[in-house]
Amino acid sequence: MTAEAASRPAAAPEARGVILGEWIAARGGLVLLASGLLVFLTLPLAMILMRSFEDRAGAFVGLANFVRYVQTPALAQSTWNTLTFAAIATVVVVPMAFLFAYAIQRTCIPAKGLWRSIALLPILAPSLLAAISFIYLFGNQGLLRGLLPLAGLSSIYGLPGMVLAMAFASFPHAVMILLASLSLADARLYEAADAMGTSALRRFVTVTLPSAKYGLVSAAMVTFTMAVSEFGVPKVIGGNYPVLAIDIYKQVIGQQNFQMGAVVGLVLLVPAVVAFVVDAVVQRRQKALMSARSVPYAPRPARLRDGLMLVYVVLISAYMLVVILMAAYGSVVKFWPYNLSFTFDHYRYGFEEAGVEHAYGNSLVMAALCAVLGAAITFAGAYWVEKTRGADALRPVVRLQAMLPMAVPGMVLGIGYILFFNSPANPLNVLYGTMAILVASTIVHFYSSSHLAAVTALKQLDGEFESVSASLKVPFYRTFGRVTLPVCLPTVIDIARYYFVNAMTTISAVVFLYSPKTTLASISILHMDEAGAIGPAAAMATLIVATSALVTVLSLAAEHFILRRTQAWRRAAAPA
Amino acid sequence: MTQDEALRLEGIRKSFGSFVALGGVDLAIRRGEFVCFLGPSGCGKTTLLRIIAGLEQQTAGRVIQHGRDVSHLPPAARDYGIVFQSYALFPNLTVAQNVAYGLVNRRRRRAEIDARVGELLELVGLPDAGRKYPAQCSGGQQQRIALARALATSPSLLLLDEPLSALDAKVRERLRGEIRSLQRRVGVTTIMVTHDQEEALSMADRVVVMNHGLIEQCGTPAEVYEQPATPFVATFLGRVNILPGRSLGAGRYRVGDVDLELPVDGFAPGTDVRIFVRPEDRHVEGDLAAMPNRLSGRVARIDYLGTVCLAEVGCDALHQPLTVAYSLNQLHDLGVREGGRVDFALRPDRVRVFATG
Repeated sequence: MTAEAASRPAAAPEARGVILGEWIAARGGLVLLASGLLVFLTLPLAMILMRSFEDRAGAFVGLANFVRYVQTPALAQSTWNTLTFAAIATVVVVPMAFLFAYAIQRTCIPAKGLWRSIALLPILAPSLLAAISFIYLFGNQGLLRGLLPLAGLSSIYGLPGMVLAMAFASFPHAVMILLASLSLADARLYEAADAMGTSALRRFVTVTLPSAKYGLVSAAMVTFTMAVSEFGVPKVIGGNYPVLAIDIYKQVIGQQNFQMGAVVGLVLLVPAVVAFVVDAVVQRRQKALMSARSVPYAPRPARLRDGLMLVYVVLISAYMLVVILMAAYGSVVKFWPYNLSFTFDHYRYGFEEAGVEHAYGNSLVMAALCAVLGAAITFAGAYWVEKTRGADALRPVVRLQAMLPMAVPGMVLGIGYILFFNSPANPLNVLYGTMAILVASTIVHFYSSSHLAAVTALKQLDGEFESVSASLKVPFYRTFGRVTLPVCLPTVIDIARYYFVNAMTTISAVVFLYSPKTTLASISILHMDEAGAIGPAAAMATLIVATSALVTVLSLAAEHFILRRTQAWRRAAAPA
Repeated sequence: MTQDEALRLEGIRKSFGSFVALGGVDLAIRRGEFVCFLGPSGCGKTTLLRIIAGLEQQTAGRVIQHGRDVSHLPPAARDYGIVFQSYALFPNLTVAQNVAYGLVNRRRRRAEIDARVGELLELVGLPDAGRKYPAQCSGGQQQRIALARALATSPSLLLLDEPLSALDAKVRERLRGEIRSLQRRVGVTTIMVTHDQEEALSMADRVVVMNHGLIEQCGTPAEVYEQPATPFVATFLGRVNILPGRSLGAGRYRVGDVDLELPVDGFAPGTDVRIFVRPEDRHVEGDLAAMPNRLSGRVARIDYLGTVCLAEVGCDALHQPLTVAYSLNQLHDLGVREGGRVDFALRPDRVRVFATG
C-alpha cells in the first residue's frame, strides 16, 4: 500500500492560481450577466416609465399624458377591447387545450405522438399566418364566407377572426403546460377512489381536476398574456377592432408620439404583469404532487371514451393543419379564389420585386445568431446564477431580471428599446438600426423560458459537483466544460432551437427596431399584407414555417446523432 | 498546538438568520484519527463538516489545519478530500476519469496518472471498474469510487458526509469495515458525519456526539456508550431506562419503594435525580440473592429481536416498567415468557445518575 498521506505543504502553489481564477470568473460572469440584463432589459423599461411623464420636448408634465390617454375615447376603448379579446381567447383556448391534453395523457387513443406533434406545429408559424389563412377562408373573397351568417357573424374581420387565429397561435403553449401537468398522476389516488366506488364524474372532479389546477391557471395566464400582447393577429385580421398593441404601433410609428406610446405601453404592461404575478403566486403554492412513493397512473382502454376523444383530437389536429395548409395553398394559387391554377408567382414576386430575399436572409442570420448566442448566454447565465459562489447579493437581482421578460409584452420591450437606444445621449445608440439590436431584443424577449429550462436542467445535476471540484482543486469553469455542459447538452440544443424558431416568427419587439437594411421575413409579411399582396404574404409565412420545420427536424436529428456519439454514459444507465 | 494535531476548531459558531446552527464548537483532532460527528438531524454536524471544508463560512471561530489558519480560505485553498452522501460522481466520465479528475489538473504525466488511478482502484477493491460509467456500478461500488477520487490527491484530511446512508443495510455493514481498514492502511485523518450510532460506534476512534449545535460529549465509543456525560448522550446512544428518584446521600437512591446502592455520589440528600439504566445493565443469573439492588416483576411483553431480546418487566416496587435484555439463550434457559415472573439485580457499575432539570 503506497497511498501516501504524509504531511505536505497545505496550499499547493497551483491552488493559488485556481483560487484567483475562480474568484474572478465567478464574480465576473455574474457582473457581466447582471449588467447585460440591466442595459438590454431594465433600463429600456425604466425609460418607458420616465418618458410617460414627459412632454414631447422632454419636460416633466406629471400625469398629463395619462389624463390625456383616459380622455381620448378611442384609446380607452382599445383597453376594453384588448381585455375582451384576451378573456374570450382564454375561455376558448384553455378548455380546448385541456381536453386535448387529457386525451393524450389519460386515454388510450392511438398515434398520440402524431397528434402531439400536430398540436405543436403552430409554434413554427408566425401568428400572422393564422390571420392570413382565416382571411383566405372567411375573408371578403373567402371560400367559406357563406358560412359566416350561419354563425351569426357578418364579417370575419375583428373579434371573431382574432379569436380564431389566436386559438391557433396560443394553442400549443397552453397544451404544453397542460400536457406536463396531466403527465404525472398518482395511480394510488385513482385506485383509492375506485375502491370506494366513486363515480367517474366525481373521480374527475375530486382527483383529476385538483391535480391539474395549477397547470390550468398557468395555461390560462399564458394564453391571456399572449392575447393581450398580440400584435400580428389584430394587425392583419383585426379590422375596426383596435387593441393596445395596435395603438402603440400607431402612436410610435404613425404619429412619432413616443410619450403617448410609452403611456399605452405601460397600460399594456398592467394586465401582463397581473397575469404574471397570479401565475407566480399560484406556482409557489404548488407542492410536489408526486412523492417518491407515488405510482404512475396508466390509463386503461375504455371504448366509448377513447372513441370520442379520438374524434376530438382529430378535429383539433385538422384545425391546425387546415390553417397551415390554407396559407401554403394560398401561396401557390394564381388568384384566390377565382383562379386556382398552380404558380410560384407569389414567391417570385416577393423575392424579386418586394426585396423579400433580403429580408429572408436577414431572418436566417438573426435566427442563427439568436440560437447560438442566446443558448450560450442563457445556459452560461443560468449556471453562473445557480452554481457559482460569491457576489451573493447579485444573485436575486439577476434571477428577478431573468424572469421579467415573461411579463413584458414584445411591443413594450420594443418601445423601451427605441426610447433607450435611440436617445442621442446614449453611447449605445450606435446599435440602433443594426442587426445587433434585433438579436439582443429577441434574446431578451424569449429569455425567461430559456432561462427556466436551463435552471431546471442544472437543478437535476448533483448539487455537490462544484464542491467536489473545489476539494480536488479543479476550478468550477473546467467542471462546467467537462461535466455540466456535456450532461446538459440536450437542453442547450433545445434552447437554441427555441430561440431560432421564435426569432424566425417574432414581430412584436423587432417591428420597432428594424432598419431598411435589417428588415426581417416576418415583418415583410406585415408590409405585403398592408399593401394588399396577400399571396406573397402567404408565401413568406409558408417559407417561415418550412424553415422553422426544417431547422427543427435537423436539430432533432443532430441532437440524436450527437447523443449517440458522445453520450455513451446515458445508455449505460442500467447496472451491468 | 502539538506536532500531532491535524485539525483544531476554536469557538465555531454559525447562525442562519436567527437560527443558531452551531453555538460554539471547540475540538482538536489528532493526525490519523478517525472521528465521527454523531447526532440527530439538525444538530449541526453537517454544517460543521461543511465549515471545515470551506463550503460554509462560520459566523465566528477559527479552523486551524496543521497549524495553519484556514478559517477564511475558499475550499480550493484547503487540503482535504470529500465524499458526499450522493457521491457526486460525474455521470459522463468513466470511473477512471472520475478518479483522475483531481490529478489531471496537476499537470502530471499521463502514465503517472494512469498508475495512480490503477493503484487507487486496487485500494478500494475495484481494479477492473476503470472503463465503466458510474451508472453501470452498484451503489456500494459508486461509494468506493467516490472514496478513491477523494483520496487520489493524497489529502491530509478526508471528510465523509453520511457516506453510507444511501446504501442497503447489508452493503452498509460490509462497507463500514472496508472504509475503516482502508483508513487505517492509508493513515489519513478522517471525519465522518453520521446519524447512525452503530456506524459511529463501530468505525470511529472518537465519537463527537452533537445536539442543538453543541458538542455534548467527545470520547471513544466505549466512553460515550458506557459513561455518557449527559442525559442526551445516554438516551441518544442505545436504549435506556430512565428511573426518576431521589438521592438519600452516600450513593443511595430511592426509586418508588426501592433503595438502590450505586457507586455514584455527589448529590445532596433530597435531590431529585434521574437514574439511567441500560437494558443490559443487569444480572439475571448467578446468586441473585447475594447481590444488591435486587428487583422482580412480571413480564408484560417480549420484543423478540433475535440475538438479544427485550422484556418489558412491570416492577411494582419501582412503580414503573423496566426494559431488561436477555440473550436468546438466557430467554430459553431461564424460561422467560410473557406473563411469567422474573428476578434480576441491577449492575451498578455502568448506571448513570443525573440531577433532574
